[in-house]
Amino acid sequence: MEEKFDLMIIGAGAAGLTSGIYGSRAKLKTVILNEGAIGGQMVLTEEVANYPGVESTKGYMLANTMKLQAKNFGCKIKSNIKIEEYDISGELKTVKLEDGRIFQADAVILTPGGRPRTLNLPGEDRFKGTGISFCATCDGDFFTGREVIVVGGGNSALEEAVALTNFATKVTIVHQFDQFQAFEHAVKEAKNNPKIHFIMESELREFIGEEGLKKVMMEHLPTGKITEMNTDGVFIFVGYLPNTEILADFISLNESKEIIVDSDMKTNIPGVFAAGDCIAKKYRQVTTAVADGTIAALSAAEFLRN
Amino acid sequence: MKHLQTAIHEIETAAELEKIISENENVMVCCGRMGPMCIPVYDVMEELEEERENVKFYSMAFDAHEAAIIRNAPECRGFMGLPFTMYYKGGNVAQATTSIQNRQMITTILDEKF
Repeated sequence: MEEKFDLMIIGAGAAGLTSGIYGSRAKLKTVILNEGAIGGQMVLTEEVANYPGVESTKGYMLANTMKLQAKNFGCKIKSNIKIEEYDISGELKTVKLEDGRIFQADAVILTPGGRPRTLNLPGEDRFKGTGISFCATCDGDFFTGREVIVVGGGNSALEEAVALTNFATKVTIVHQFDQFQAFEHAVKEAKNNPKIHFIMESELREFIGEEGLKKVMMEHLPTGKITEMNTDGVFIFVGYLPNTEILADFISLNESKEIIVDSDMKTNIPGVFAAGDCIAKKYRQVTTAVADGTIAALSAAEFLRN
Repeated sequence: MKHLQTAIHEIETAAELEKIISENENVMVCCGRMGPMCIPVYDVMEELEEERENVKFYSMAFDAHEAAIIRNAPECRGFMGLPFTMYYKGGNVAQATTSIQNRQMITTILDEKF
């Protein structure tokens, strides 16, 4: 089954939704194909207080409003799909989904964003939702009065560990290096919290339990010594991966796997544009993603007119 | 009072849920909050609502007092991740899942159970 559009947008974060708004408002037949949650990283943000014109809002509410704006202008949104194959080098751009559906367009905007990195360890899938979580805000209260592990050493890991102390009696941060990558203030806040303990230079190796998670196997990296640790839950915050791997064969990426664009958000392929967190740039904010998405949509419209 | 900003109809009381599952053969209810683990499930349900006429799709606010009917369901024992998603067939629980589910996971359950 094939569906043909003027403009196809890959991703529904702030950049993709903005492109959807501008594209559909310009009367282009527009579709957004989205592999993750609509709103992308915005949805993970509890409070957005620096978006001009909006005094303070929740990330999901801002995302929901952008989604409604795009839909109201006629943009189609297909979310939680899995893209199997890209063929966007020619004049007619084609994307094939894992379920067999095929979408085609004359122009494409790539806004694939990123995704939470997982550990890919034995038991990780099995105990998702019964001991393993990726969201302290969502699931923290299930661990009230319990002991949990937080994996990671960046800002998210340390900030979420502090948040978890509102529920858990003990939070143990397990980190692979001997120091943290988080900002100093986040490290200081975690270190000053009496409920938080640290296990450095160590990595988890396996999740073990029956109906729910009961314990983890952990390796101390300098010595290779494996130890067992009982726990009620593990929260994993080990960063995000740009969703650009599948594009690497035909889109120019830099060494950080970010898409290289010019000031009009054009990539190396005619009719293919990119915007948002996936492109090579210094600042990643909702506002910059919105600006990128606007420029990409206007450039795509101009490309289609010509 | 409604708590969830989605296009899915929100069930507000246990009595309403009981009525819905008694009157409809196939019902999916996502019990969650407006968070990053729950929103993707609502998004999938919004799309499936247009595609699957044989299934009724509903949401329920996890923190609502009346949602205890799902929170405390025996099928949800041990669940520690939002959302709790219930699949009812002929008034009975056919399947319950915890935490985020993608479209493929949901459609697999719909195909197998309904």
